[in-house]
Amino acid sequence: MQVPSHVEYERATSVGNALSLLGRPETRVLAGGHSLIPMMKLRLAQPEVLVDINGLAELAFIALDGGWLRIGALARHADLLDSAAAEQCFPIFRDAERVVADPIVRLWGTVGGSLCQADPSEDLSAAFAAARATAVIRGQDGERAVPVREFHVGPYETVVGPGELLTEIRVPVAPGPGTTGSAYEKVSRRVGDWSVAAVGAVLRLDGTKVAEAGIGLTAVGAERFVAAEAEEYLAGRAADEESFTEAGAIAARHCHPAADQRGPEDFKRHLVAELTVRALRRAAARVQGPRPDEPMRGAR
Amino acid sequence: MRVTVTANGTEYVREVEPRLLLIHFIRDELGLTGSHWGCDTSNCGACIVWLDGKPVKSCTLLAAMADGRALRTVEGLETDGGLDPVQQGFIECHGLQCGFCTSGMLMTARWLLDRNPDPDEAEIREAISGQICRCTGYENIVRSIRWAADHDRTNADGSA
Repeated sequence: MQVPSHVEYERATSVGNALSLLGRPETRVLAGGHSLIPMMKLRLAQPEVLVDINGLAELAFIALDGGWLRIGALARHADLLDSAAAEQCFPIFRDAERVVADPIVRLWGTVGGSLCQADPSEDLSAAFAAARATAVIRGQDGERAVPVREFHVGPYETVVGPGELLTEIRVPVAPGPGTTGSAYEKVSRRVGDWSVAAVGAVLRLDGTKVAEAGIGLTAVGAERFVAAEAEEYLAGRAADEESFTEAGAIAARHCHPAADQRGPEDFKRHLVAELTVRALRRAAARVQGPRPDEPMRGAR
Repeated sequence: MRVTVTANGTEYVREVEPRLLLIHFIRDELGLTGSHWGCDTSNCGACIVWLDGKPVKSCTLLAAMADGRALRTVEGLETDGGLDPVQQGFIECHGLQCGFCTSGMLMTARWLLDRNPDPDEAEIREAISGQICRCTGYENIVRSIRWAADHDRTNADGSA
């Protein structure tokens, strides 16, 4: 029987209230709880105070607003999966959310919680890195915006400091339709499992050439979840199989996968190369928007 | 701390430790033992109940988080003294052997059919993909949920 250690429980009534409650030492934010509570049960986490933010409806939005797709930190994975606004400009998030855990966990687990947990195999971290998103963090002294590519300090560590709260993720939407496509490709051992390796790609095209590529990698030790060298290689090149294959090879060379129960290092590098090509290929095919005949899977 | 919940339409007030997990609150404090405590790691789904209308793995929430909210457990599925079609479906199609996963499967099945009254096999399998059954190989569970879908729809058509 797994029992968390003694803990105090506070329920936040507003973001301001949450911030003042978070001022106490050894305090942790409790959102969906689907990473924190298992860690508490294993005594890997032993906070003294939990601040439950599940009642903060003002953080549970997903909306297109000007040039941004804005995702509240408390939006559930299922919300992002189902969001027409997100689907319209970033199919990468539907791809990724479809393979995050299972449908029941997705109902409670939150987008912000996943980012803040900062698991090195987490899917959305790679997707947001590919999309060059910005994290909005609020503290007692106000708000600051941090690029997601600078959000993760290391495994299970982010720039969110004591007394601060991640409130929102903003994803820049490229102006004008028909220039951007995105996709996420993941290999896991079984349904609902963490990635053996996964790759997210966001491709902005200028005619037949790549104007800008965003490539996020997870579970393979890529620095800040980004395949920076492959992105650089693609800029200005033809958006074709040859460039994509070379980008995949570069991404595979520059990441740092560790051999573990999910597979040996060379297998993971092979996956990075192959999944990079597949994600870029699918992103390019989606530049005109998701094809209506693309098969939809899942219960929702 | 004091936790007040409505479970299957009845209000309960209990004094509990904040660290108490929701599944233990439901079983040990409320005496609703139809929900099962299985893997304890949010993998198996035996503990699934509804919290404010959405299924949740109750081994992975604190009872404190349910304070002021509404729970629905397998005991709350039957209406007017009659079984819910998903319950009847599991009987008709032999959807269980040992029964350990069943209450969680039923709660997910009811939720699926409320959202999608006519799911195909792939959609049913996706919906229960976060749950483990070691007896049936899932085949009869899928048939049971499909049976319930047909029965729900027959009722809705008024042609039952």
